Amino acid sequence: MFRWPIGIIALSLIATRALAADPVEIRIGYLGQAAVKSSLSLVDQPAENNGIAGARLAIEDNNTTGKFLNQRFVLDEVKVKNGDDVAKAATDLAARDSFIITDLPADALLKVSDALRDRGTVLLNAGAIDDRLREQDCRANVIHVAPTRTMLADALAQYLVWKQWKRWVLVSGSHDADKLYADALRRAATRFGAKIVQEKTFEDTGGARRTDSGVTLIQRQMPVFTQQLPAYDVLVAADESEVFADYLPYRTWDARPVAGSAGLVPTSWDAAHDQWGAIQIQNRFVKLNQRRMTALDMQAWTAARMIGEATSRTNSGDAAKVIGFLKGPDFSIAAFKGTRLTLRDWNLQLRQPILLADGRMVVSVSPQEGFLHQVSELDTLGVDRPETKCKLQ
Amino acid sequence: MWRQSLLTGMVAWLAAAAPASAYVAYVSNEKGNTVSVIDTNSWTVTKTIKVGQRPRGIEFSRDGKFVMVAVGDDDTIQVIDTKTNEIVDSLPSGPDPELFTQDAAGKTMYVANENDNTVTVIDLEKRARIGDIQVGVEPEGMTISPDGKILINTSETTNMAHFIDTATRQIVANVLVDSRPRFAQFKHDSSELWVSSEIGGTVSIVDPVKHEVTGKITFDIPGLRKEAIQPVGIGMTKDGKTAFIALGPANRVAVVDAVSHKVIKYLLVGQRVWHMDFTPDEKFLLVTNGVSNDVSVIDVASQKVIKTIQVGELPWGITIAQP
Repeated sequence: MFRWPIGIIALSLIATRALAADPVEIRIGYLGQAAVKSSLSLVDQPAENNGIAGARLAIEDNNTTGKFLNQRFVLDEVKVKNGDDVAKAATDLAARDSFIITDLPADALLKVSDALRDRGTVLLNAGAIDDRLREQDCRANVIHVAPTRTMLADALAQYLVWKQWKRWVLVSGSHDADKLYADALRRAATRFGAKIVQEKTFEDTGGARRTDSGVTLIQRQMPVFTQQLPAYDVLVAADESEVFADYLPYRTWDARPVAGSAGLVPTSWDAAHDQWGAIQIQNRFVKLNQRRMTALDMQAWTAARMIGEATSRTNSGDAAKVIGFLKGPDFSIAAFKGTRLTLRDWNLQLRQPILLADGRMVVSVSPQEGFLHQVSELDTLGVDRPETKCKLQ
Repeated sequence: MWRQSLLTGMVAWLAAAAPASAYVAYVSNEKGNTVSVIDTNSWTVTKTIKVGQRPRGIEFSRDGKFVMVAVGDDDTIQVIDTKTNEIVDSLPSGPDPELFTQDAAGKTMYVANENDNTVTVIDLEKRARIGDIQVGVEPEGMTISPDGKILINTSETTNMAHFIDTATRQIVANVLVDSRPRFAQFKHDSSELWVSSEIGGTVSIVDPVKHEVTGKITFDIPGLRKEAIQPVGIGMTKDGKTAFIALGPANRVAVVDAVSHKVIKYLLVGQRVWHMDFTPDEKFLLVTNGVSNDVSVIDVASQKVIKTIQVGELPWGITIAQP
């Protein structure tokens, strides 16, 4: 199935090279975490292969293209457990693979980046949304495919402002990631003219996410928690830790929509997204993996496709050439978002539209109409060049 | 009542002003699940035909007796009898057919199946699937060389134009073009193949003998961001002098000197302009505007938009012939 087309092409191509030799092998590493975090909604519980499944599909897609170019792609998957030496795992991978897709927390990613600094390996960050990785902690050997918190927050803010829901109540969780997301939302409110009329913190006091008859308790707790707020249009929740946000819709004291970590959620991908040819990748993904495609799957797919795009444009598997093309001015990638995605050259962040989804449908896609920019409207999302703290090295 | 008489008056005036031969245009409405039939004399929709789910690629049969429309979500191609405007048959297209093309004799049809990276070959007389050709990821654009020997398929995620020998049904060359190639069209004298790249924002000019990209048409519209320029449909006059390129969400059709490959002007049409077809006398070019749910009529000689016709929801493809 896979081998015969190569033979035919080799025989029939008005060949620019001699009869095809063995295909050029392009190896892509995938370094992820074994631990799966627990979600409030059972529907959102990530699969064990979350992320990797997207990379596997991209490898199939790359190989379909590769058979016309005599290139063959191989995915090299490694998962680290809590307590494993991630730098060592990465160094082992780098001995075989020049490109490594990572789904790691910020600190682990920095460790890996520094460990591989002199090797010429390029890391494609598919999992970490931390702005600091693209700002004060940016690294020249890390390309960021995942959007940042500020990109996500800006995408949401643009829509809420367009909708004229400008008075926000911001509820943040008590964990570090929640606080970072709350910071991004505050920044977005200021940038796009929304006003945070009150802030509240939802303390995580522990407790299980799954309990029998828990719903009765939540139904009493959430209205009280959202009582006596000033007049507001929308309740914005920052709860990356999945402690409370999904309990808010339909339970607020006032009848108000919820956005942020629940309700209307900004995301790089959604299983309901079907515009701009997306239905095709959704179908391919379900066929391969027997489940729907998540944002992390899409980020990993895009990362592996970026390598495939660069190897086909350069007609080479040579790491230096491929990386040079990725970082160069001619690189762009199509990823079913209605526009080409390119890299911000100052911090190697992939520019991308952000979907706003409610768990069943894609409600809108940001940037919203009317938010203008002198270079690319996609740069209205996230930290822009004049504000960056990144010095790539 | 009052409005209707005004409309009738306008139609009469238009008919008098432009006494075109009466042709009939069939427009597939992707979201409406319908096909609108337009009379090119009165420039009105004379009938709306209910078809299957998600109609896109649409083309007259070579004998003009039928219109075939790919209904992707029903995994088939439906056949409309142009006399009765009713669906009379369906073709075994393979999963999710989008665009297709026929050989000159109207005996063989080639269909791009988006979902399984194949081009399906259909015997139109036997109405039977007689072969599959493996191509790149997300096959889309389909065209056949004027001599019938080479079939072109473009694949949107592989970013190639695949050259397929119609006799052996094997790929003989692959030409890399810019991102998301949507549509391919030969010049009538076979000297060039044009391939539009929606996300790349260009039209590649390919030498069909050397299988090389020899040039690229780029577009620059003042006040419009580059990302909004997404070329899709291409129409070329038979004399090979002028080409029209639909630029999607740029809401414009570029008029291009087909010899120098330079853009002459941009015509403002409806929103998200996709595909197009000429009237057989080449006096008019009709383009489908997906988001504004209408069809713009371009006067080819004066290069002006002269009329807009409301059709169904999300008009996508269009085909025109003698009724």
